[in-house]
Amino acid sequence: MLNSQLILNQSISLDEWTYIPLPSGNEEVKKQAGKVVLFKLTGESLPTELQIDETVIPQTGKIIVPLSVYLKNRDALQTRLKNNEIALWLATHETLDVLLASEKDINVFPLIAVFVERFQDGRIFTLGNLLRTRYQFKNTLRAFGDVLQDQLFYLKRSGFDSYLIKTGKDVHEALKALQSFSDPYQGAVDIAEPVWKRKVR
Amino acid sequence: MYQYDNIDQTIVNERVAQFRDQTSRYLSGKLTDDEFRPLRLQNGLYIQRHAPMLRIAVPYGLLSSKQLRKLADISDRFDRGYGHFSTRQNLQLNWPKLEETPDILEELSKVEMHAIQTSGNCIRNITTDQFAGVAPDEIIDPRAIAEILRQWSTFHPEFSLLPRKFKIAVSGSLQDRAIVQAHDIGLEFYYDEAQKMAIRVWVGGGLGRTPILGSVIREHLEWEHVLTYCEAIIRVYNLHGRRDNIYKARIKILAKALGIEEFKKQVEAEWQYLKNSPNTINESELKRVAKFFTAMPYENLSDQDYAYDEAIQNNKAFASWVKRSVHLHKQKGYRAITLSLKPHGLAPGDATSAQMRTVAELADLYSFGELRVSHEQNLILADVKLQDIFKVWEKAKSHQLATPNIGLLTDIICCPGGDFCSLANAKSIPIATSIQEAFDNLDYLHDIGELELNISGCMNACGHHHVGHIGVLGVDKDGSEWYQVTIGGKQGNDASLGTVIGPSFAAEEMPGVVKKLIDVYIKHRNPEERFIDTVRRLGVNPFKEHVYA
Repeated sequence: MLNSQLILNQSISLDEWTYIPLPSGNEEVKKQAGKVVLFKLTGESLPTELQIDETVIPQTGKIIVPLSVYLKNRDALQTRLKNNEIALWLATHETLDVLLASEKDINVFPLIAVFVERFQDGRIFTLGNLLRTRYQFKNTLRAFGDVLQDQLFYLKRSGFDSYLIKTGKDVHEALKALQSFSDPYQGAVDIAEPVWKRKVR
Repeated sequence: MYQYDNIDQTIVNERVAQFRDQTSRYLSGKLTDDEFRPLRLQNGLYIQRHAPMLRIAVPYGLLSSKQLRKLADISDRFDRGYGHFSTRQNLQLNWPKLEETPDILEELSKVEMHAIQTSGNCIRNITTDQFAGVAPDEIIDPRAIAEILRQWSTFHPEFSLLPRKFKIAVSGSLQDRAIVQAHDIGLEFYYDEAQKMAIRVWVGGGLGRTPILGSVIREHLEWEHVLTYCEAIIRVYNLHGRRDNIYKARIKILAKALGIEEFKKQVEAEWQYLKNSPNTINESELKRVAKFFTAMPYENLSDQDYAYDEAIQNNKAFASWVKRSVHLHKQKGYRAITLSLKPHGLAPGDATSAQMRTVAELADLYSFGELRVSHEQNLILADVKLQDIFKVWEKAKSHQLATPNIGLLTDIICCPGGDFCSLANAKSIPIATSIQEAFDNLDYLHDIGELELNISGCMNACGHHHVGHIGVLGVDKDGSEWYQVTIGGKQGNDASLGTVIGPSFAAEEMPGVVKKLIDVYIKHRNPEERFIDTVRRLGVNPFKEHVYA
């Protein structure tokens, strides 16, 4: 049996990607909301310039780099990007505008990953939906971090096809959760049509 | 009413299996408390003071007699032989065992019921007018769209972990009885100029810690777009609602912070992408669901029944019950009847299993086997012939279901409070019962007239105290229980939030406080003027002065 926490396309797979974390920054500043721009981020801070600059990017191998780090080092990473060695990750409170402003075609990335800090954070579902439906991302969409069995079905329906299950959780049991419901009611990313359009009722 | 097909039944069965697995993983230690919490909450299971509490969904308040009998059986077998009907038209069991909840859900699935999304940070049970389909002032029966919304919101993947709970109410009558302005989304149905069914969309209302009445975000929405438009609203909320502070996480706070115009702009921008996407409802789906909500097979009757009129003439007790409990009906010769779950001195909204079986029997005999739960926590037989009303009364009376207090001061809307709920700051049931006992004189009660008194045991406002003509809120001061009083709140088209009259009171003072409020009203009222109208005319001051004199 494979010793891996990764589910890819509904089976347990070896992870060929290396995750590049951001160096830990200053203590997170919880700002009071009230202004539109802060509200978007729900008081959570984006990576600081210092964090971005201090991120160590390995010279070889397939790596998943923070969105902010990629944007800062975009030119230097283009050759490796063409070799399919560069993937992106973003946090649930980041918005997609900066990515879309930078890249004409987000399908240059073989993989985009969304980091789940707390599993109760449902923004990941909207991010997945937007990446798949509005921005037509076709390659691997991964959830990692606090990724638990009981959210997998929703992640699948929101367009994710890769799940790095939290360390210590049973990946084989998690796999079963992808089949929790056989015929969901509403249209979503994986099955676009609602059930009343798919079946005779 | 709606009947499950294979697809509905499979979803509910799969949910039972899923929750059984989740519960067993929790009990074996594979899931932590934190990991299990949102899972059990989305199945209506709370961990309470004495035992877990299970909230069972009653979609838009509609039940069959068969379902009610099952609820009676479940409360006997798994609980202490009673249940509590809540202000969200659901049924709560106060004493189930955690390890038995999967079995309860399995029993429920046999009668097309469940506890899906009755709690947690997701789209909750859709609520509506208890007189939907029979009210004379109804323009559109909202139940078909309510059922379509129920199915769409069930396990909606994108909205399964929202910043906070999300409540939707629908209404299709001239007089709003669903409090659409106090919901995250309120949908008000009407016919537009082209005689097409359309919806006025309210957003950002809610009670709780920060009570706010909603704003109209869209005056005219064609019915087929209702799901995609709700998706646009909830998507903006999901992305931008606060997640750092539970007390500021409801959509009302986001809508207020952005301002309704900016919020609307963002929703409309989102909707441009979602409009006409696959979840757009089509005619055939509306027709399929609407056929479950067509009129009952009524008989052609006269709108007068001499025996009934005579009984009113000759029987004072019957007459005073009729005055409060019998409501006009669309169909000649029929009436809707409210059975009171507010006998004086007992917990408001509670029903014993024997009472549930009695109501089921009454529904079978006299009301096409169906009944409704109102958000005022009473039960309704919606389709009773004039000639049967006296029989209904006799039977209901012998089971303590005919207290003639509907819409009166002792028809108290009340949450379970500190006796059961671990969120509560103070008890609410003993306040309700002590007020009921203080106003036990029926003639006096009828003389006071229409009055809504709402009690919540904490600022989560399950008792909807902000919209009570008299609202009572339990507060905690240095570890003891106190009660803050508001007056002037109201539900309906002219909804308003109550005003606090002053410093809070001890529990034993409460009946006296209510009596003083009533004294001021009696002294100053104009003929035919209700308490709420007197408060609106005079303002809070005369009441305040007398209470604190």
